[in-house]
Amino acid sequence: MDAPFVRFEEVHKSFGPKKVLQGITFDIRPGETMVVLGGSGSGKSVLLRHIIGLHRPDRGRVLVEGEDIVRYDEDDLVHVRKKIGMLFQGGALFDSMNVADNVGYGLREHTDLDAGAIAAKVREKLAMVELSDVEHLMPSELSGGMRKRVALARSIAMEPRGILYDEPTTGLDPVTAGTINDLIRSMQARLSVTSVVVTHDIDSALYVGDRIAFLFEGRMLFVGTVDEARRSAEPELQRFLSGGGRVHRGA
Amino acid sequence: MTGGATRILEHVGAFSLLIGRTARETLRRRPEGSVVLDQLYQLGVLSVGIATVTALFTGMVLALQTSYSLAAYGAKFFVGDIVSLSIVRELGPVLTALMVGGRVGAGITAEVGTMNVTEQIDAIRALASSPIRKLVVPKVVAIVIMLPVLVVLSDFVGIMGGFLMAVTSLNQPGAFYMQHVIKAIHPEDILSGLGKTVVFALLIAFIACYKGLTATGGADGVGRATTETVVASSLSILISDFFLTKLFLAF
Repeated sequence: MDAPFVRFEEVHKSFGPKKVLQGITFDIRPGETMVVLGGSGSGKSVLLRHIIGLHRPDRGRVLVEGEDIVRYDEDDLVHVRKKIGMLFQGGALFDSMNVADNVGYGLREHTDLDAGAIAAKVREKLAMVELSDVEHLMPSELSGGMRKRVALARSIAMEPRGILYDEPTTGLDPVTAGTINDLIRSMQARLSVTSVVVTHDIDSALYVGDRIAFLFEGRMLFVGTVDEARRSAEPELQRFLSGGGRVHRGA
Repeated sequence: MTGGATRILEHVGAFSLLIGRTARETLRRRPEGSVVLDQLYQLGVLSVGIATVTALFTGMVLALQTSYSLAAYGAKFFVGDIVSLSIVRELGPVLTALMVGGRVGAGITAEVGTMNVTEQIDAIRALASSPIRKLVVPKVVAIVIMLPVLVVLSDFVGIMGGFLMAVTSLNQPGAFYMQHVIKAIHPEDILSGLGKTVVFALLIAFIACYKGLTATGGADGVGRATTETVVASSLSILISDFFLTKLFLAF
């Protein structure tokens, strides 16, 4: 089997007294779509952010293509971040820039392409997320679904080998959420990337995922294929799959 | 150690790190000219109004008050000396820094803080770029350039405010007032005022950026951070002014 694209080894993370991740160990294989499933506050977004060093673990190791990135500073992380794109929950588009400047941000920062070549790349990436003639619009003029798509275009602009999706369907109507799910699958098929999708949306998880990792109160209770997840005897996972967010205590 | 003391030390450490990283980024790569120019306009040119109005009225009040006080000693001909020295050495730098600091400090914290709580700062990092280089450096450079320029302008306008009162209310010939002004001010007076101004500019810029970069908790948190910036930068200007005055008087 290939070496993992990302490996978590006994990762612990706390914010003040709150223990968010408590000894996470699992692998994300190259080319797969791994869905990290869990309720609100289960620590799944924090987990995702460790992959590109936006958070640093208190203990444990995070390996990206065999490189332990835990001790990397912001300069060392540049090459890791260039090969992994991230779609943030709210899109995190830069308010002060139009769509074209948002999507072309990484290209302007890291390549010597001239303005014309960047504009062509921006158009190409926007077409991949099924958008056209939106380059001049400001983020405030976009709908929620369009923001996510522009943000996805921005995260694939540098042609990364991995894409991280933080709650890609949260806050979207079912039709738009379906479109985003289709886009996640189409990115996978067209770009042959490794994808990590963090979500509490079970339909989305079952539709886009090759494998599922189930996070509950900072612990990884299950890692396996979608079929194995359905057959799993893990009670918290079964409660989650059948009852959604009720699994989160107090929710 | 108590929690409060630990938190203060954490803030001091993080604030020092911000200053160190900004210095490193500024020296390592020349700030982007177009971004600095935009900041010079936003933070400097748009502050000309409040700086000159403040200076004009301060100069006028100072002339009236000193004339009233000096009349008792038959020394009201020294209005020009006192107004100009007070403004150039003290009131010009301090009042301009307080007014401009309130305006631009609040603006910076609101902007950077909003970017922080909407994950735009993380998006810059995820795109393998540096929020320090993209956001903090241009603002620090712009304030350090613009504040001394605004102070020179304020000094001039303040002295002219005094001139206006001398001529219209105190029955002094304009040439007489100006002779006293020119005789009273020495280059070291202007230099000590400008020396202070550079320190005030650094305080305003770093406090505002730090508060923005550490803002948490949505719109509420950004509002709180903005208020804290205005309070902290105003107090730090007034407190540092005392020590800087002692320092400059020692030479």
